[in-house]
Amino acid sequence: MVPKRISAIKFEVLSPQEIRRMSVVKIITPETYDDDGFPIDGGLMDTRLGVIDPGLRCKTCGGKAGECPGHFGHVELAAPVIHVGYAKMIARLLNGTCSECGRILLKDERKDKFIAEIERRRELNQSYEDVVKEVFRLTKAAKKCPHCGAEQVEVKFDKPTFFYLGEHRLTPKDVREWLEKIPDDDLPAFGINPKATRPEWFVLTVLPVPPVTVRPSIILETGQRSEDDLTHKLVDIIRINQRFMENKEAGAPQQILEDLWELLQYHVTTYIDNEVSGIPPARHRSGRPLKTLAQRLKGKEGRFRGSLSGKRVNFSARTVISPDPCLSINEVGVPMEIAQELTVPIYVTPQNIEIAREFVLRSEHPKANYIVRPDGRRIRVIESNKEELAEKLEPGWIVERQLMDEDIVLFNRQPSLHRMSIMAHYVRVLPYKTFRLNPAVCPPYNADFDGDEMNLHVPQSLEAQAEAKILMAVQEHILSPRFGGPIIGGIHDHISGLYLLTRGEKKFTREEAMELLRSLDISEIPVKDEYTGKEIFSFILPDITLEFKAEICQGCEECKGAECEYDAYVIIENGKLLKGTIDEKAVGAFKGIIIDEIARKYGKERAKKFIDDMTQLAIRIISKLGFTVGIDDEDIPPEAAEQIEEVLKEAENEVNRLIEAYRRGDLEPMPGRSIEETLEMRIMQVLGRARDRAGKIAQRHLGMENAAVIMAVSGARGSMLNLTQMAACIGQQSVRGERISRGYTYTNRTLSHFKPGDLGAEARGFVRSSYKKGLSPVEFFFHAAGGREGLVDTAVRTSQSGYLQRRMINALQDLKVEYDGTVREQTSGALVQFRYGEDGVDPMRSFRGKPVDVKRIIREIVGEVKK
Amino acid sequence: MLVPKHEVLSKEEAEELLKILGIGKEQLPKIKADDPIVKEIGAKPGDIVKITRKSLTAGDSVFYRLVV
Ligand SMILES: [Mg+2]
Ligand SMILES: [Zn+2]
Ligand SMILES: [Zn+2]
Ligand SMILES: [Zn+2]
Repeated sequence: MVPKRISAIKFEVLSPQEIRRMSVVKIITPETYDDDGFPIDGGLMDTRLGVIDPGLRCKTCGGKAGECPGHFGHVELAAPVIHVGYAKMIARLLNGTCSECGRILLKDERKDKFIAEIERRRELNQSYEDVVKEVFRLTKAAKKCPHCGAEQVEVKFDKPTFFYLGEHRLTPKDVREWLEKIPDDDLPAFGINPKATRPEWFVLTVLPVPPVTVRPSIILETGQRSEDDLTHKLVDIIRINQRFMENKEAGAPQQILEDLWELLQYHVTTYIDNEVSGIPPARHRSGRPLKTLAQRLKGKEGRFRGSLSGKRVNFSARTVISPDPCLSINEVGVPMEIAQELTVPIYVTPQNIEIAREFVLRSEHPKANYIVRPDGRRIRVIESNKEELAEKLEPGWIVERQLMDEDIVLFNRQPSLHRMSIMAHYVRVLPYKTFRLNPAVCPPYNADFDGDEMNLHVPQSLEAQAEAKILMAVQEHILSPRFGGPIIGGIHDHISGLYLLTRGEKKFTREEAMELLRSLDISEIPVKDEYTGKEIFSFILPDITLEFKAEICQGCEECKGAECEYDAYVIIENGKLLKGTIDEKAVGAFKGIIIDEIARKYGKERAKKFIDDMTQLAIRIISKLGFTVGIDDEDIPPEAAEQIEEVLKEAENEVNRLIEAYRRGDLEPMPGRSIEETLEMRIMQVLGRARDRAGKIAQRHLGMENAAVIMAVSGARGSMLNLTQMAACIGQQSVRGERISRGYTYTNRTLSHFKPGDLGAEARGFVRSSYKKGLSPVEFFFHAAGGREGLVDTAVRTSQSGYLQRRMINALQDLKVEYDGTVREQTSGALVQFRYGEDGVDPMRSFRGKPVDVKRIIREIVGEVKK
Repeated sequence: MLVPKHEVLSKEEAEELLKILGIGKEQLPKIKADDPIVKEIGAKPGDIVKITRKSLTAGDSVFYRLVV
């Protein structure tokens, strides 16, 4: 068979003839089933429309339920009605054309100009909406017809489907007759192609009836039949349609006919869209609004976003995640219960039939759940039939075996904001009920373990499995395209641990060293009585040479390099850590210079091994040495508290002096600022400095051995600011970047505890207490005010960035970098960039955004020469 | 110079460019004929202009637009 390909899709409006042509049955009765439960001919469940009950056959195509795709029918409307979806277009056309002759309200020359412009834009693949808009604007403003000279009255559009010409209400019939008068030649100016669409088709005279397969009825537990919402609505339409016809034939009064006509319009409108403003939505007997055509398509759960862009999938699992440092970064721990449910297909061949048979015969974990025969029948493998099935098994069958160790799966955490949000992991089936992952892969997923859940998908084809392994494996994503550096690396305890190990000249006995390295596959270490931490760390390093300043670098005025007194200058030569402390800068996610170097020099596989070894080693160190933070870690001696007190008092006095100077008018304004602004800025400056000084005092007394300090300086967690706030002083609270000033506006004070107009530190939200000491009630109030701003900010930001992300994806999804380095749009072939990103550099292969790391290349070459 | 360099491609250059890219004119990015720089260099609708911009990452970056 020659495969058929869709070359184009054109959207047009169905004409009445076309609706009749594609219809297989004219629906004439609102009845659905007869007393025996059989579909009535000419009813909404007519078997010519297709069948949904098993056992019945379609009278049109002869197919059974499931084979027959369903066929359209139609209803002949007793009177025309407006199609809500086109009501706005109708309004524009009525205002754009003459009420007498139906011509466009533009002189022919101008009309032709507009048509030419639209045609030109269409050829260039450009939007011509604004031209059409201009035509509608001009024609609406016209007072007189340029063709017949008739005066024009504006047609008032009353949503959703009513039109008034002056006081007179236009019936759908009037509207249709008017639209019929518009000549084909005028239509292109309105953006309508007369070969495809006639405007009078916007007024319905025939209604298509969708096949029963589109609106299947369901049988309730009670045995009762429950019809689809669309069927309910169609029944309403047909019932009123019949009433209208009967009344008309009986010569009923005009008023009754008009009411029925309006009712018919209501039913057709709500059948198409049950959420139009201006009319009450049609409801089910239970009071629930009906879900009609537009509601099936619209919104997040609608056909487009809910069923086409995203849908629920098989072969997936979701549960809570928890950490397991013993797993490799490219593994995922899968609970046994999940592994027994998810399956991987084995396509049976003469080569693997014995293996497949073994799975079928097993009765415990990696066993076969289903087999699929070549005819598509799925058979569940159970104890009683497994022998028989194993016997019958032959090439061409598919055995669906349970998920087991070393299978490849995709692992995902929402929101999937970048490609590292879905990576391929190798399965490790484990007890308990959570997915386990190495904490080093938390940064790319942005995961933590406070209850986060993640999804897992099992690729079903060999092609998909190969792609997952080659393109999506975790190690392929160690270097991020976001900034051209490692995004996977040490976090928290990994950094603290290596910091403790490599800081200074810590000594370990041979036994201790072997204990630390036990779980890594290092087969031998040089025989010595003692090892320094730096030596132990060197065991996991490949042959690399690096020099850089560590995170703990104090930023001395003149860096002493190797002689740095803080041990903050890292020197690695040929895989030996000679000087410096390993911290966030060396192995952290986002910063890790060592990871970066290994990934570039030895590749992803080696970088993966380093991260695995490094995290294991770090965890062992930190467990061995012990590392804990408690409330008393933020205790400071009384003399430090006194010093802090003094600093704060001094600052408050300084603030008061500034305020006095301001009141006296002695304050010198800063360039470009008012005196008030100057005062505010000076006060903020003084108080900010005071807090920093208080923090410095506290830090001095906490010392470098303090666990919280270690975490802050090494970059493991928290900052010195956090510590300052805990131990010394929380500092100024702000709303919108300013000191808190709102409250009792009429007396110009923030709280009734202060004198009117008080500008002092305390009255404007300066919190002098520390978290450890606790806040006074007034301080607590200001702190809550400042804290709320933060919460609101994040809430607003996430929703905004989510929407922005959606629009970005929609705008960019069809762009692709071609092999010639150009960026093209996939459907139209339009060129977007002549060279990707102007420089043609793949950001993932870049060095922190730059195309080449010149320094590294020079070092590499000079290094080679030295040897 | 606030506006990067714009120049009109000759017929031969234009054909050569389209051949290398393997596209028709309408697939190029567009620039309006009433754009001041287009008037300045005297390009007519249907012409292709070559734009040479200073780029932070790539030094000089070349771009083409179809005048419409
Ligand atoms: Mg969380
Ligand atoms: Zn059928
Ligand atoms: Zn007229
Ligand atoms: Zn230093």
